[in-house]
This record gives sequence, C-alpha cells and structure tokens, in this order.
Amino acid sequence: MAATPSSKYMTEGEAGLGIVLLVGALVCALASARAVDTPFSVHMAVFALAAVAGIGALLKRYEGRPAEAPPQEIDGKPNYNLGPIKVAAVAAMGWGIAGFLVGCIIAFQLWAPSLNLGLEYTTFGRLRPLHTSAVIFAFGGNVLIGTSLYVVQRTCRTRLAGDLAPWFVVLGYNLFIVIAGTGYLMGVTQSKEYAEPEWYADLWLTIVWVAYLLVFLATLWKRKEPHIFVANWFYLGFIVTIAMLHIVNNLALPVTVFGSKSYPIFAGVQDALIQWWYGHNAVGFFLTAGFLAIMYYFVPKRAERPIYSYRLSIIHFWALIFMYIWAGPHHLHYTALPDWAQTLGMTFSIMLWMPSWGGMINGLMTLSGAWDKLRTDPILRFMVVSLAFYGMATFEGPMMSIKAVNSLSHYTDWTIGHVHSGALGWVAYISFGALYCLVPWLWNRREVYSLKLVEWHFWVSTLGIVLYISSMWVAGIMQGLMWRAYNSLGFLEYSFVETVEAMQPYYLVRALGGVLFLIGGLIMAYNLAMTIAGKTAADSEPRPAGGTLPGPAGLAPAE
Amino acid sequence: MTYESAAAFAQTSGLLYFVGIFVAVAVYAFWPRNRARFDAAAHLPLIED
Amino acid sequence: MATAQPGLWKRHEILEKNSILLLICALLVVAVGGLVEITPLFYLKSTVETVEGVRPYTPLELAGRNIYVREGCYLCHSQMIRPMRDEIERYGHFSLAAESMYDHPFQWGSKRTGPDLARVGGKYSDQWHREHLKDPRAVVPASIMPAYAFLERPLDADAIADDLKANRALGVPYSDEMIALARSDLSAQLDPDGPGAADLQRRYPGANVRDFGGDKGRVAEIDALIAYLQVLGTMVDFKIYEDKKNLR
Repeated sequence: MAATPSSKYMTEGEAGLGIVLLVGALVCALASARAVDTPFSVHMAVFALAAVAGIGALLKRYEGRPAEAPPQEIDGKPNYNLGPIKVAAVAAMGWGIAGFLVGCIIAFQLWAPSLNLGLEYTTFGRLRPLHTSAVIFAFGGNVLIGTSLYVVQRTCRTRLAGDLAPWFVVLGYNLFIVIAGTGYLMGVTQSKEYAEPEWYADLWLTIVWVAYLLVFLATLWKRKEPHIFVANWFYLGFIVTIAMLHIVNNLALPVTVFGSKSYPIFAGVQDALIQWWYGHNAVGFFLTAGFLAIMYYFVPKRAERPIYSYRLSIIHFWALIFMYIWAGPHHLHYTALPDWAQTLGMTFSIMLWMPSWGGMINGLMTLSGAWDKLRTDPILRFMVVSLAFYGMATFEGPMMSIKAVNSLSHYTDWTIGHVHSGALGWVAYISFGALYCLVPWLWNRREVYSLKLVEWHFWVSTLGIVLYISSMWVAGIMQGLMWRAYNSLGFLEYSFVETVEAMQPYYLVRALGGVLFLIGGLIMAYNLAMTIAGKTAADSEPRPAGGTLPGPAGLAPAE
Repeated sequence: MTYESAAAFAQTSGLLYFVGIFVAVAVYAFWPRNRARFDAAAHLPLIED
Repeated sequence: MATAQPGLWKRHEILEKNSILLLICALLVVAVGGLVEITPLFYLKSTVETVEGVRPYTPLELAGRNIYVREGCYLCHSQMIRPMRDEIERYGHFSLAAESMYDHPFQWGSKRTGPDLARVGGKYSDQWHREHLKDPRAVVPASIMPAYAFLERPLDADAIADDLKANRALGVPYSDEMIALARSDLSAQLDPDGPGAADLQRRYPGANVRDFGGDKGRVAEIDALIAYLQVLGTMVDFKIYEDKKNLR
C-alpha cells in the first residue's frame, strides 16, 4: 500500500498502551467484582474507569493529531512539550487548596472535637493522612513533576523524551493521589506515616515512578547541552532515592489479592527504623532535594543572574544526599532502637546543618547586587523568604535531633511547628514562587494577572505562618515541660488531660494561622486562573515609576 | 554481633566513608580544568530561545 | 564549551553515559547509609531477642489491632515509653524491643496528642473503654478525641484465619492449630464459660477471656478494639524480668 502524506497510523506506543489499558480495565473490573472488602472494590472500579477513560483519551488524541509526530525543533528552536506540565501545574494548585483546607479542618477539630461530626469518614484519624498526603504528595508532587519536566527540557534545550510517557506520568500520578486520598477516608491505610497507601496503590505508584525516571533520563540522554545542569542532579537524586525508599518501606504481604489489607514484612524495631529511614528521607529528598532543584533553576531565572557559586552547588548536592540518608534514627531517640543507631542519626543530623546552610547561602547570594528586586518583585520575594525559612527549619531540625532537646520536644506540638515552618515557609513558598513564574511561561503570558494580588498573598500567608509556628512553639514546649513537671512532694504535677486542656487556645491560634494560609492559596488560585484566561489586571499594566509596586495598605510593614 | 562491634563498625566506617566522599567531591568541584564547564553550566537557565 | 554537534557522535555518547554514572553514584551514596544503620538490627541481640511472655496476638486482638490501625489511632497515641523518670511514673516500665516484635506494622507513633498507650492494658475497665470510645467527653470532659460510636457495628472477621496466615508467612509463630481454629478462637475469647476458653488460653497464654462489656452472641468492632487495648503492655511480667540484660 502506497502511503500518501495524509495517511495516519497508530504509533506503536498508542497501540501498545491502548492494549495494556484494555487488559488493565478488564482485570480491574474482575478484581472489583471479586473484592472481599468495599474499599478494594471501589478502588478497582476506579482503576477500571480510569483505564477506560485512558482509552477514550487515546482515541480522541489520535483523531485530533496530525499524521506526523510533533517535530523536535521548530525553526531551529526546541519544540518544548508543555501539555503535561500545564496539567501538573493546575493539579498542584487544586490539590494545594484541598490540602490546606483539610489541614484547617483537622486543626479546628483539635480545638473543638465535635467537628469530627461522629462520622467515621470525618474523624481526625482518617483526615490527618488525607491532609499530609494532599499537601506533600498531591501539591508538592505535582509541583515537582511539573517543574522537573519543564527544567529538564529547558536546561537540556531539547523536547521532552517520549510521546505518551509524560502524559502517563502526570495522569498516572494524579490517579495514585485519588486512590490514596479516597482510601484514607474509607480507612485504607498501612499506618506508616507519609507512606499510608496500601499495597495496590504502592504498586501503581512504582510503575508511574519508573516511567517518570525513564522520561527524565531519556530527556537527559538527548540533551543538546554538554553539561547536566545542577538542578537536574537534584531532581535525579530525588527521583532515584524516592524510588528506593518507596519500594523498601512498602514491602508488604497482602492478605488476599482481592482485598485492601496487607501486613508490612518488617515488624517492631526493624519496621520502626525502616519507616523513619523512609520518613526522614521523604523530607530530605522529596521535600528538600526536589525543591532545591526548583531553587537552582527558578531563583537564577527570576533574578536574571547565574547562581552565586556553581562549585558550591556541586558540593551542596553530594553533601546533602550523603548526609540526609543517615539522619532517620533521630525520630527514634530514647526508644527501643539501639543507642549507637540513635547517636549516628543525631551526629549526621547535626552535620546536615552545613550543607543545608551552604545551599541557602548559595541561593540568597545569587541576589547579591540585585537586592532591590526584593522590594519590587513579590514573586522573587516568595522565593527568597522561602530560603530564609529553609535556613530556619534546617537550623531548628539539627537542634531538635540532639537527644537532650529531643527528650523534651519529641511527641509534642513543637515537632508539628517545626514541620510546618519547613512545609509552609520553605516548600510551599518556593512552590508558590515557581508556579507564579511557570504559569505565565507555560501559557505564554508576559506576567501573572496581578502582581498586587501576589503581594496580598505574600503578606496574608506570611502572617498565617507566623501565627502557626509561634503558637506551636509555645504549645509544644509547654506540653513537654508540663509532662515532666513534678510538685514539691515529688509527684507528677499534671495529669495528661490537664496538658490537653492547656493546648486549647494555641490550637485555635494555629487553626486561624492555617486559615490565613488557605486564604492566601485562594488568592493565588484566582490570580493564576486569570493569568491562564489571558487577563491582565489594571494595576499590572505599566509598572509605576521607579519600579516599585504599592503594597496593600495596612498589611505591608515599613521596609 | 554484639553491640560494641556493631557500634565500632558503624562509627568508623561511617567516618571514613564520609571523609572520603567529601574529599572526592571537593576535588572535583575545585579542579581547575572544570572551571570553564561550571561557568558555562551556571548560565544555562538564563539562555532564552 | 560549545554545544555538541551531531558529528561529534562519539563525544555525545560519553556524555550520555554521564547521567547513568550520576544516577549510580547518587544511588550508591544514599544506599550505604541505610544499609549500615538498618542491617545490624536484624542481627543485634537487643533487637532480635525474645522476652518471656511475648506471644502473637489472639485472633480477636489482631482484629482489634487492625481497627486501631484503620482508624489512625497512632496519629495521636504513641506506644513507646521512653526511659525517663516522668514517663515511667506516668505510663509504666519503658518499652522493650521484644514487646513489638510481632507488630506488623509497628505502632510506636510520633505524637502524643493523647497519652501513650503502650501499657494501657488493664489500667481501665472494659466498661470505661466502651463509654470512652463511644463518647470520650462523657468520661473525660476535657478530652479532644473523636467519638467512635460507629465501632458498635458488627466485626467482619470471617476471614481472620487469612490474616494469621499472612502474619505467619512474615515470621509470626502462629501454629497450624491456631490458624485452623482462628475463627472459633475469636468467638471463644468473648465467652469465658464456653467450651473453647481453656484451649484458647493454652494456645495464647495469659489471654483475657471475657465479654469486654459487649452483647452476648454478637461480635462488634469495639469489642475487638477493647480486647486489643486491654492486652497492650501486659505480656511481659516485669516482676521477673531482668532490666540489665536487655538495655540498649
């Protein structure tokens, strides 16, 4: 048959994926019908529906696409693949709002327990993993996937590898989020913090993650630049290490392949150390290495100057990934874990202070000679303040890993405050900065809809963070001191419930801080939606003389 | 394995390994011939197309 | 340094390998830390030694434990008493590694929004637990715990033998007899006058055999959960346990 230029064939990828999805849909439908518990049945039905939707999307895409594969270059410039990144950016914003909202709900539940509503689906125990997974994996994960696929293309000056694979990664990852989140509400959890999803969700994530690694690597392989930019090192370190941690920590034996329940293969002290080896490095590689990659690309880009010291960034990378991996045992001080492991964890945690601050200084000094931009550019300010919070959290962390300090801080709300100074101040702020940059680039807009709204977002959420972490410091230290307080007769001064009562006002302040942070997120979502819609707010049109933007009255303190 | 032997092994090998890696990385980062490459790499995000 | 040209294929090939080299180096660097810290735990005396009295959970306790896991109790309650004066006075003897050796997964927790539960077994009556779970503020007015009245529903444990089998495959010493009789043992634990009570206590020494305040003839989720809570921290008899032997 003579092929005419207009004739169109299914690629091997399209046909192959279509068949896999079809088989997958049938297998999942069968599993759903034979399931021994309701959550498993629901989840298999969701998988089956997703596979069918995938087939539909494949066919629709085939119908609409030109016969030829998209060109690698147009007019000598790389033809960047932005579609999947757009989806990840929008998903990040949506999940972020959802995660902040659930966080506010559980914060208010601790203040007023009647807000648990007496329903199994809305108790604190089920919503708390929903909150942590929504902010870490749904919001943070989509930011990481979206930015990594963007940065690797731009710094390699080549189109993303794979045709369907990037779509599979983004959509497959978000399907994992849906399965995990709905699972928590139905009580499906293996109770490992930040690794709660059950075995079938873990298997699915493993497949998606391997595809992610391959897309990332294959893009590096076809790069047009001789050097692999350091941000890509951090992304690669994050992807590989998370794969290792995820697989080892989630090794489990399902009770039946038609049910959601499984038992982790490790028990007791071994399980505890593997969990916190995972848990701490989820912080180190997911919430730190990945977001440092964002810093190494977006801060220089926005500040329009190269990174302060590229050599420091290389030392930073190796020192960080080397030291972080040892730090996990500091979550198990004074437990049944052997002393030497605790000491080792503590030592490396303290040493971690050095690469952490090295990285922070590298990011901050990138602005040397351009500090005035902080006043005029609220987006850059988000990123710089995120580095300040990073510095604060990475100082506090090593301090809390010292056994004497930990004996007071462990099990208290101080830990919660510490986590949120890192999560809200560092991870969320660098993500906000990156999204404010990325959305206009992706949709080809000159700038975000309104810089004034960014300014509002910044001050509202900063106030929220301050309320959050200061209330948790006070609450946590007070809690720790009350637990160990003795009266003059040598008896414990307080019953446990008295310490719970003492927390109430601080829990309210914390919840209000969370609400401010949520409001900031809503302002951002509106701003980004208007940017995507192609609108420009009146205030952003011409920059006022001198380049300064008026801060919102009453909220912006004198600088 | 006793507590002491495990502790001694973990602590000494950890220290040696740590120092070794640090020296290797520092040498790589400060090797004079790498300077030009790193300068070029540092400008990668700023290239527009 | 200029952009690699298509003609310089050879050179490009070396560069391609760099990303794999980078990947391997990074993986090596991160793998070692975990190996050095984790591997000894599978061989060290203090972490693998058994302590007299620690036994696998009865089917009812295991079912209760699964509810404890399902409801995320570990998010607010630790099960790990540290060796400090105030903790020992408040909660009891510090926790031993052996006491969680059959815990797949461990439930040490990381936060005490509520008190530690490692030795809550036997501290309160069954009726107290029942009232407290159904409406915590009816018993402890300042409590901020959610109400778990919905745990009154029937326990779905027809396939509990499969749970025991999975645990055995992972090293928990359940015997063939224990697995074969799992379902009947589950009911037997709630019926002290029944025919299976004595056999159950032979298989699981020290198991609490009573109705845990529940209705006769029906097993509710709350019964299983209370059975689990009441066994927590009670397996080791610290009157005969030697501290010094098991430190670290």
